[in-house]
Amino acid sequence: MAYSNKVRGSYQEILTGMKDAGLLKVERYIHSAQAADIEVEFPEGASLKKVINICANNYLGLSSHPEVVKAAHAGLDSHGYGMSSVRFICGTQDIHRKLEKMVTEFLGTEDTILFPSCMDANAGVFEAVLTKDDVMISDRLVHASIVDGIRLCSAMHDTFKHSDMAHLEEKLQLHNDKRLKMVITDGVFSMDGDTAKLDQMADLCDKYDAMLFCDDSHASGFIGKTGRGTHEKCGVMGRMDIITTTFGKGLGGASGGCVSGRKELVEMCRQKARPYLFSNTIAPPVVAGVIKVLEILSATTERRDKLEKNTKFWREGLTDMGLIIKEGDTPIVPVMLFNAKLSQDVSRDLYEEGIYAIGFFFPVVPQSQARIRTQISAGHEIHHLEKALDAFKKVGKKYNILGKSKQEIIEMYGM
Amino acid sequence: MEDMKEIIKAYVINEYVEDDSEITYDTPLISGGIVDSFSMVSLKRFLENKYKISIPDDKATPEAFDSVNKICSLVNEYLK
Repeated sequence: MAYSNKVRGSYQEILTGMKDAGLLKVERYIHSAQAADIEVEFPEGASLKKVINICANNYLGLSSHPEVVKAAHAGLDSHGYGMSSVRFICGTQDIHRKLEKMVTEFLGTEDTILFPSCMDANAGVFEAVLTKDDVMISDRLVHASIVDGIRLCSAMHDTFKHSDMAHLEEKLQLHNDKRLKMVITDGVFSMDGDTAKLDQMADLCDKYDAMLFCDDSHASGFIGKTGRGTHEKCGVMGRMDIITTTFGKGLGGASGGCVSGRKELVEMCRQKARPYLFSNTIAPPVVAGVIKVLEILSATTERRDKLEKNTKFWREGLTDMGLIIKEGDTPIVPVMLFNAKLSQDVSRDLYEEGIYAIGFFFPVVPQSQARIRTQISAGHEIHHLEKALDAFKKVGKKYNILGKSKQEIIEMYGM
Repeated sequence: MEDMKEIIKAYVINEYVEDDSEITYDTPLISGGIVDSFSMVSLKRFLENKYKISIPDDKATPEAFDSVNKICSLVNEYLK
């Protein structure tokens, strides 16, 4: 047996070290469908607890929407459970191409290709369209999946300071001799909830003949007047060269992702992107569910409008009680606590009050930037948000952080 | 030489230091986590443009870029 006690011991040591450092991730078991009200088993073996979920990416409340569930059932019946093949052998159904065309129309791009996840889309896209003669210039806070995709690509890589357009321009000048340039950003940044300046970025890309890439996973379906995404909010629909996004958040919440953009770039992905070529695509029932999601969102903006109202209510409620939140207008609302242990304590106490929200701390966010990341949904009703605000007030009073400045909180609890 | 050190130090601070941390000529940049290996690319390009030199990729190692003093030594090697 090659898995000797020595080998086992070395892994146990690593895991023990992670546990001792408070970095071991422990999962909570949800016994219900994903929704505003869920039933959770935590810790393992504990009796079920009814809580309000304010940490899901279920922005539009579609994860368990009856019409989506019904469509997925119908897709399962009509197109089966799986394809047992990658796309280019015998894994492409009519509904896969139908969904690609619907996404293209929804995002206002030229073409779309599905991936098993947006993680896979980001892992595969750069290598498929860029070479060692090119350069990728990315915002320093882009999602980990983009960082991984960049690592897999032979093109040169450089970064610009988060949302710093002057710094981006310096980098575009520095690399102006490269064959192709691509500027890379998230649309909405998942940890801070701020939005990329895509309008200014598109202008800079025009000026320096660079392509513009945006991962809109935390925006598709609800950012912008009709929910098309950050490019709609910034008035640059039609000027994006590549948008990647997920169907695992606002757009139904199941799984799958895509690359959408210029038709030649999409075709390059179809020919060369390894996660596309060497993995099955999205399963038929999920495809059918996402098609229904896009039908719902194309028919009415009711859900993104409700999300916008909920977000405003939530942000005002937290601010009024004296908590420090990251400014912005997206449904990602980080409540800043700065100290890692405090973020864990507040999360635990909120759970006791029936509110499910997770504390984030280094290395997920920078040192002394620990926080509770809250995420609002169109699936929330005002009574959910009021109850959650009451819980934040009670816990905030307990830790004496209401109305306190960053400096005061750090003085009480440390960095 | 002092001038070069100051120019490189100023570039490193402007480019990579996001808080009030002090940087000296001997502060470990890469092993100290101030400059990540990704960011070495822009530092190398800056040096090449600024001093009109070409640093071979196999010489642009994390060790050679690990402090302002070491970077100056590397640049001087190719200025000659």
